[in-house]
Amino acid sequence: MFDVRCWVFDVCFSIFSLSDSVMSEPAISIRNCSVTFPGQRPGESIDVLQDVSANVATGEFVCLVGPSGCGKSTLLNVVGGFLEATSGEVLVEGQPVRGPDPRRIFVFQENGVFPWLNVQENIAFGLRRRAAAERTQIVAHYTTMVGLTGFEAAYPRELSGGMRQRVEIARALAANPDIIYMDEPFGALDFITRLKMRADLVRIWQSEKKTILFVTHDIEEAVQLADRVLIMSQRPATIQEVVEIDLPRPRDLDSPGYLEKRDQIFRVMGMSLRVGETSGV
Amino acid sequence: MRAIDDVSGAAVSEEKLVSAKPLRETRAHTRTSARGAPDWLSFALPLTVAGFFLVLWHLGVRLSGSDLFPTPAEVARGVIELAQRGLLLKYIVASLFRVSWGFALAVMIGVPLGLMLGWYARAFQALNPLIQIFRPISPIAWIPLAILWFGVTDMAPIFLIFLASVFPITVSAIAAVQNMQPVYLRAARNFGLSRGELFRQVILRASLPQIITGIRIALGVAWLVVVAAEMIAVNSGLGYLIIDARNAGKRYDLVVAGMVMIGLIGLMLDLLVRQLEKFDEVRWGYSNR
Repeated sequence: MFDVRCWVFDVCFSIFSLSDSVMSEPAISIRNCSVTFPGQRPGESIDVLQDVSANVATGEFVCLVGPSGCGKSTLLNVVGGFLEATSGEVLVEGQPVRGPDPRRIFVFQENGVFPWLNVQENIAFGLRRRAAAERTQIVAHYTTMVGLTGFEAAYPRELSGGMRQRVEIARALAANPDIIYMDEPFGALDFITRLKMRADLVRIWQSEKKTILFVTHDIEEAVQLADRVLIMSQRPATIQEVVEIDLPRPRDLDSPGYLEKRDQIFRVMGMSLRVGETSGV
Repeated sequence: MRAIDDVSGAAVSEEKLVSAKPLRETRAHTRTSARGAPDWLSFALPLTVAGFFLVLWHLGVRLSGSDLFPTPAEVARGVIELAQRGLLLKYIVASLFRVSWGFALAVMIGVPLGLMLGWYARAFQALNPLIQIFRPISPIAWIPLAILWFGVTDMAPIFLIFLASVFPITVSAIAAVQNMQPVYLRAARNFGLSRGELFRQVILRASLPQIITGIRIALGVAWLVVVAAEMIAVNSGLGYLIIDARNAGKRYDLVVAGMVMIGLIGLMLDLLVRQLEKFDEVRWGYSNR
């Protein structure tokens, strides 16, 4: 009797671990990607990315940090399908990336909210094919989630930079993508707004369970947000180091664990600065 | 202890307070003083200058002893006379009718054509030189051809107005598409828009503020051209009124009355088109003015 139970337990366990391994196929798999841009003079070329490989697991929050101009945004554009890699490939959910896709929404550094649409029309932009009632309900849900209740009819020019970024995040979420790509979305905001936006983004990520790949040059931001931080080197960029941020959330920005992770990333990037020829930070 | 999720709600409420005040007020400053009281000078100043101009005009005519050139009062009487004879309304309607048709045709052809040429670089390369050659030709120079093709009918001035307005509209639409912020296009591609949706929902909408500016310029030119065209190609309208009043009895009071009406209607047309710039869908495009 006992043996049988053990046997049943074993089978169940192996089935679960099997499904687990299927589930853990990475959401994003960057394989030996290189990008070369033509230079200013003919025949000249600039190697931006060199043989970059990395994985992002489903539901994971990964930050990509590196010195400015190192090619973080280039890599994100390759992953997002806006730019073709010179060599190598990116698989998203097992399929090679052929172009931008509504299942993966990009949040742009320069704010891609449409100025001719008001807040609720912007948030509804990815819901064109939904029934009107459903659309209204989804828009209301995400308007509340990003804290824009009362501003539904406002136009982007009437909003602050932080609120415009909230609109773009809500628009991305409303389209119900599996993955959200964010390219320094809080770069143009002031310090306090940025802190608040990060806190809200973590809260939203925890409730929505999306995979997020987030580019930033701000090390503190990366440590506050990410499960894992990929540190890129100077150009031609590679993934120099991967730092797991296994700190509990909400994160205490004064805890030794936080400071340790932060300083670790600083050290990695600082060393690369000393080795590099120019200090491009 | 600072926990990241604990940054007080004060931050966001402050952010909202600052921006909850719509930026609409900025334009109102032209009509109100810093203290918010109505700025009576902004009305009184232009009125005084206009009054001064009328007095100068009157004195100038009287002192020169001219019996052909009318005083302001004679011009006003001329306007009343035209109204009583039923000519004023008839000629205004005739001129506006021609402008409306020529202009509507120009918008219907110029906007889609401009969007296409702005979007398809090859089409732009192919057609732009031709457009740039036709564009500097004054519509007045087309009058003989217009009469040759259409005779002394409404079609001749409509054709000339179309020619006058189609170029500013097309060129502004081309420039609008070419200068569109790439981020809107990338967002649109990301959301998987079809080609038709891309044109209607993004390219057209992003270009609209600049297209409306082109439309304003075009309407101004169209109004200039209708008067010139009516002087030669037809037998009605404000342009015809001016040339007819001069030829039949040297009625310069009616000539100037016609000119005043042209000026006033031109002003009203411009004010009308300016209203388009106030729609929320395009206001963003003029925010810095």
